[in-house]
Amino acid sequence: MLEAFMEFFRQLAEDAPRWNFIFFYEERQWLRIVSGIKYTLLLSVACVIFSVIIGVVGAWLQGAKSKFVRRSVQGYIQFFRNTPPFVQLLFFYFALGQFTPTILGDDGWTEYPIISNIGWAIISLSFFAGAFNVEIFRAGIEAVPESTQEAASSLGFSRLQTYKEVVLPLAFRVSLPALNNNLVNLVKTTTQAIGIAVPELLYESVGIWNDYPSAQYPTMLLLFVTFILLVGVLVYGMHRWETALKIPGYGS
Amino acid sequence: MENNTWSDDQPIVSIQNVHKSFGALEVLKGVSLDVMKGEVICIIGPSGSGKSTLIRCINALNDIQAGSIKVEGLEVHDSKLDQLELRKRVGMVFQQYNLFPHKTALENVMMAPIKVLKQPKDEVEKRARALIEKVRLQGKEDAYPGELSGGQQQRVAIARSLAMNPDVMLFDEVTAALDPETVKEVLVTIKDLAEEGMTCILVTHEMGFAREIADHIYFTDRGVIVEHGPPDTFFDNASDPRTREFLSQIL
Ligand SMILES: Nc1ncnc2c1ncn2[C@@H]1O[C@H](COP(=O)(O)OP(=O)(O)OP(=O)(O)O)[C@@H](O)[C@H]1O
Ligand SMILES: [Mg+2]
Repeated sequence: MLEAFMEFFRQLAEDAPRWNFIFFYEERQWLRIVSGIKYTLLLSVACVIFSVIIGVVGAWLQGAKSKFVRRSVQGYIQFFRNTPPFVQLLFFYFALGQFTPTILGDDGWTEYPIISNIGWAIISLSFFAGAFNVEIFRAGIEAVPESTQEAASSLGFSRLQTYKEVVLPLAFRVSLPALNNNLVNLVKTTTQAIGIAVPELLYESVGIWNDYPSAQYPTMLLLFVTFILLVGVLVYGMHRWETALKIPGYGS
Repeated sequence: MENNTWSDDQPIVSIQNVHKSFGALEVLKGVSLDVMKGEVICIIGPSGSGKSTLIRCINALNDIQAGSIKVEGLEVHDSKLDQLELRKRVGMVFQQYNLFPHKTALENVMMAPIKVLKQPKDEVEKRARALIEKVRLQGKEDAYPGELSGGQQQRVAIARSLAMNPDVMLFDEVTAALDPETVKEVLVTIKDLAEEGMTCILVTHEMGFAREIADHIYFTDRGVIVEHGPPDTFFDNASDPRTREFLSQIL
């Protein structure tokens, strides 16, 4: 079965030289794709989680008493929203990366930065998407009536408890559609990590078609299909979640 | 509180010469009133006269500019006061119910004792079920606020407040948003409470109800208490012309 599958693509490559699906019959290329997908998944999952955490915390800090804290959050949002994410990535890796400490490798003289390029990609993309998430959650929070929060505080809830127990659960539901959009963008933006040589799917794909120019179209096709599936899973999950969180008799 | 020497024979709520402004607008212009434990008082008056503002000052939802409010001897507007100490003593019910829409009726009632007072869940649940029964909503424990009528929501809100075991209950026009048919069920609930000896401060437009349950009626107009007295005297022999005019319009 698998043999036949591989044979089919080997034959196709011979018959139509532009359609060399090399990763379907050569194990080494297949493993590059698999490894690339693993890194793309790692980046996506890590960035989704961290950017949502940044959004939740940032939206909370936007309501802080201290003007300094509120201004700082605003500054953060302005910077990350109004500059290109690719430049942010390069800045994080090349500029900030210089100042982070290094650790010595096993051989005793190679130095490794404490934060790898993957680490920087996760950090920079999380902050980028996080800036949008702060705004998204803030809009959700603004939709929670002041009077509901007053009811909570009149029951003795502290500001943090009110946020955690009342504001956030309600705001979150309102925010889900916008959050959904932003996370889809985030997953697609992980391909930028190629800029600092993170071996994610785009990086591996480019590697393959540089080695085998005849594999360029098939590899691009694979990229598109993979992302369509990946984003599809995300969107499906978010919709399921949205439905699960629906409150009977509340909202539309 | 170290120097809290409050005892039952002193007013449970004591409001002395309170001034409150929103920016340049002075809404309370020196209001004083005392409420004894177990008393039911009603505050009535025209719209915008500062009734809600006054009642919200009692549990520090609004701050004040001058004067003093004490609840069981606690200085409400002392910045050093632990607000939780106040909120444990004072329950509040709002005109718009303000239930937590993402929680069922039962969860609404259970939430504050568990999250705020850190009481054990099964104990709280037992009490919460009893409270739901007390406000005559058995069978609705698992309904979400959006699935309940206004009157039912308001009764859940009352149960939710009672779950904190307050000593004083504040009601701000709690029937004003209700259909006439459901007003009664909420009033009955409040009446039950009052008869059990709960100290109640009500802002209301239900004059018949006020007359029936209040020990004392206060009439406010433009930020001052114009007149007050026991219901019979107040309704039948109001002395101030403003009170009389208001009563003639509303009765
Ligand atoms: N948060 C606020 N900011 C500014 N002004 C306010 C605020 N809350 C109330 N006011 C003003 O204070 C005055 C008194 O309002 P309040 O709500 O206490 O009146 P009320 O007697 O409860 O009236 P009603 O019977 O209509 O509920 C009004 O003029 C109102 O516009
Ligand atoms: Mg009012």
